[in-house]
Amino acid sequence: MRDVRLSRRTILKASGAAAASVFAAPLRAAAPEPTMVTPALIEAARKEGKVVYYTPIDLPVSERIGKAFEAKYPGVSVRVERTGAERIFQRVGQEFASNIRAVDVVNSSDAAHFIVWKRDGLLAPFVPEDLAKHYPAEQKDPDGMYAAFRVGLCVMGYNNRLVKAQDAPKSFADVLDAKWAGKIVKGHPGFSGTIMTATYEMSRDIGWDYFEKLAKQRVMHVQSASDPPKKLALGERAIMFDGNEYVLFQVRDSGGAVEPIYPTEGTPLVLSPNAIFKTAPNPNAARLFQSFCFSAECQQLMVDFGGMRSLHAEVKDRAGRRPLSDIKTLKEDAAAVEKLGEEIRARYTKIFRV
Amino acid sequence: MNLTLVVSVSPLRPTFRLDLSWPILLLFSAALCLLILLPLSWLVYYSLHDRAGGFTLANFEQLVTDPIFLDPLLTTVILATSSAVICCVVAAPMGWLVARTDMPLRGTVRALVTASFVTPPFLGAVAWELLAAPNSGLLNKAFRAATGAEPDDYLFNIYSLPGLIFVISCYTFPYVFVLVANALDRIPGDLEDASSILGGGAWTTALRVTIPLALPAVLAGALVAFLQAMTLFGSPAILALPAGFHTMTTKIWSLFQYPPKLELAAAASLPLLVLTVALLRAESFILGRRGYSVVGGRQGDPRRVPLGRWKWVAVAAAFVVLLNPVFLPYGALLNAAFSRVPSEFVTLDNVTLHNIEFVFFELSATGIAFKNTLILCTSAATIGTVMAVVIAYMTSRKAIAWHKALGFLATAPVAVPGIVLGVGLFLTYTRPPFVLYGTLWILLIAFVTIALPAAYQQLQSAFRVVNPDLEEASRILGATRLGTLGRITAPLLRTSVIATWCFIFVGVIRELSAAIMLFTSETKVISVLIFDLNESGDLGAIAVIGILMLVFTFAVVVLINRIPGFGGVRLRNT
Repeated sequence: MRDVRLSRRTILKASGAAAASVFAAPLRAAAPEPTMVTPALIEAARKEGKVVYYTPIDLPVSERIGKAFEAKYPGVSVRVERTGAERIFQRVGQEFASNIRAVDVVNSSDAAHFIVWKRDGLLAPFVPEDLAKHYPAEQKDPDGMYAAFRVGLCVMGYNNRLVKAQDAPKSFADVLDAKWAGKIVKGHPGFSGTIMTATYEMSRDIGWDYFEKLAKQRVMHVQSASDPPKKLALGERAIMFDGNEYVLFQVRDSGGAVEPIYPTEGTPLVLSPNAIFKTAPNPNAARLFQSFCFSAECQQLMVDFGGMRSLHAEVKDRAGRRPLSDIKTLKEDAAAVEKLGEEIRARYTKIFRV
Repeated sequence: MNLTLVVSVSPLRPTFRLDLSWPILLLFSAALCLLILLPLSWLVYYSLHDRAGGFTLANFEQLVTDPIFLDPLLTTVILATSSAVICCVVAAPMGWLVARTDMPLRGTVRALVTASFVTPPFLGAVAWELLAAPNSGLLNKAFRAATGAEPDDYLFNIYSLPGLIFVISCYTFPYVFVLVANALDRIPGDLEDASSILGGGAWTTALRVTIPLALPAVLAGALVAFLQAMTLFGSPAILALPAGFHTMTTKIWSLFQYPPKLELAAAASLPLLVLTVALLRAESFILGRRGYSVVGGRQGDPRRVPLGRWKWVAVAAAFVVLLNPVFLPYGALLNAAFSRVPSEFVTLDNVTLHNIEFVFFELSATGIAFKNTLILCTSAATIGTVMAVVIAYMTSRKAIAWHKALGFLATAPVAVPGIVLGVGLFLTYTRPPFVLYGTLWILLIAFVTIALPAAYQQLQSAFRVVNPDLEEASRILGATRLGTLGRITAPLLRTSVIATWCFIFVGVIRELSAAIMLFTSETKVISVLIFDLNESGDLGAIAVIGILMLVFTFAVVVLINRIPGFGGVRLRNT
């Protein structure tokens, strides 16, 4: 019984006695047993030959994950479709409405999307072995439909050629200083799930009137949360209001003059789950890929090459990086984002006019 | 030539041959109706209904009262008007220099204008970001280095309304240039000779004969530029967000963010439609009475005004203009393709092949996007040209009763912004009986529909030049309409037909606004790929793909024009 709604409907149709026995058990199906990567699964995946991955992860990292998978499982190629999480959500909706089944595995930096997809019965339950063994329970869907694939921080940042470390803002409040007017770049919640999640967290903890003041600072908007660190590195703006921490690290690794700022009010925390669609055209390749994504190998690659943070218990954070536990974060609440999403977008557009 | 004569002549022919002309002509008419009326009807329907499907005017009410719609509308009007004025001021004199003076390097200038036409506006916008972003732009850096200005000083700010107007003008002025230059090409020397014989000097002739004759073309050019700027999505999509405003096209696109507000988007597109129709009416009202019958069978070569010493000034000015759409952006793209930091000049320290490696060996969408684009370009160009030839034939020879309506239908898509057409097509072809979303067909339909007005106009004006006498001779001798079209008319129009093919081919490569609505991961095209790369700021990869795309386009256009028998075609006819 994979589908929650289907099970309810079945209950209504069933006889009283049968219904009583179902009601006695918890209403949702239990998470499926963890699946190991078997030669049979690999062979089945190889027959399908490819897996299509919709993801907002910055291309150099997502394509590297794909290449690592292809190297490990020759014969199965990965098609990475990268675009902002909010656009992914819109496109998946559009495709499903037209009966197009193109996507196998999806990642989104707006965890609210998974609440909707699960509610609509679009996801397939699947629990890779690593996920069952090495990940904290609170970051997994109890029905095994999705789980946090990566932990992101939506950080502030500065260009250290344009701003001295001691002069850089330390908090959200500092950014409102008149000296930063016209010098700030930020992402847009209409495109980026990371920015959407962060905007919700900030509006809840710091308040909308903060954004009203920020709008007076002549902020330059870009679309994705991956773009502000790059604009910062170009020297186009001195301060990044929000953006992906991992992209900033990547840019810094390749010689970019950028540094993160963890605002004293707290850094927005963004959990990005992965899930398999029930209608995946390549179901076995999807499972193999999902297993790979949660493996220590892939997670370590994401940490080392991608600058990301992992929930995998065996994966080591990179030396010299501030550990997640030392950073004050703003609490994530996917359910609230799901409920308030439209209102947040409307309000944001009203304030920033874009 | 009328039908009764055909009927009375046919029985006299010795052999019986079935005339398929009528069924085929009717088929084309029906296809056209389907292609254009269907999406437009859905648009109107959606704009008048609420989400639950009930009739309402609330969408329009919100449109005229809510500042989030009024601001973009005002911005768009300012943008389109300024671009049209700039295009005319720059392109009309250039067209005259190339067509009617002895300025050196005229052919080169024409070719370079073609190059700016071939450059997709979104690619141009990215290139100008690299050049003129206030802090990281190469030109601003050079300016600061040269003058020792403060770090925050800049010469240009591309992230602004004037910046956007500038970029749009860069890639819209070829339309005006081509219209003006072609019109001037066609004005025969006889009229000017007459002026000289009557004692008019070179300048008097230019001022009193040539320029007035070219004025309709300038006016038409202004209109085309206005409409292009108004409905353009590519450049605003790149520049408007960082600049902090919306144009109507980006606003309409943003209405498709989740949850999509299709009704509002449909309503928001109708002002553009109304404005376009009104302008087209105004144009025909102004030009209506003046028949400039300048094209006859027997004409003298155009006379060239000797510029004397000024000719070098003129050619320098033309090249300064061409810096903006061609030399500077291409240079910036080349630089970004090989630089570790796209906004830094390539030096031995930061030269890299990483971007090329990334595009070819890591980016998994490169291959499929190029393949799809190639398929769509060639098929849309071929189908679109055939349709345009047949429709232009029907309307210019009044071949069927409803030819005026047909002409109107073929021109109608010009009034619909690509993005709105994309929406209309999306609404039409995601439901039975035509479920085409997710296939290349829906993109093909979109591209053909978008290309049709210009292709049709171009061939229609070409038909006007061919005297119907030749066709009538063929018909009297017993050939069918289609037979005549195929054997007499089309060969006479060869140059225009090939030019139309190239025009559509290039147009499809440039197309972003409808593609962005209609693509899926399997039907991605290069323009969408570049747009997606821009979203995450991967400028180096964009530069590589953009250069590849330009090389590919130029190669095809040049090759087509070199095919034996096709020879001598110049893209100037587009």
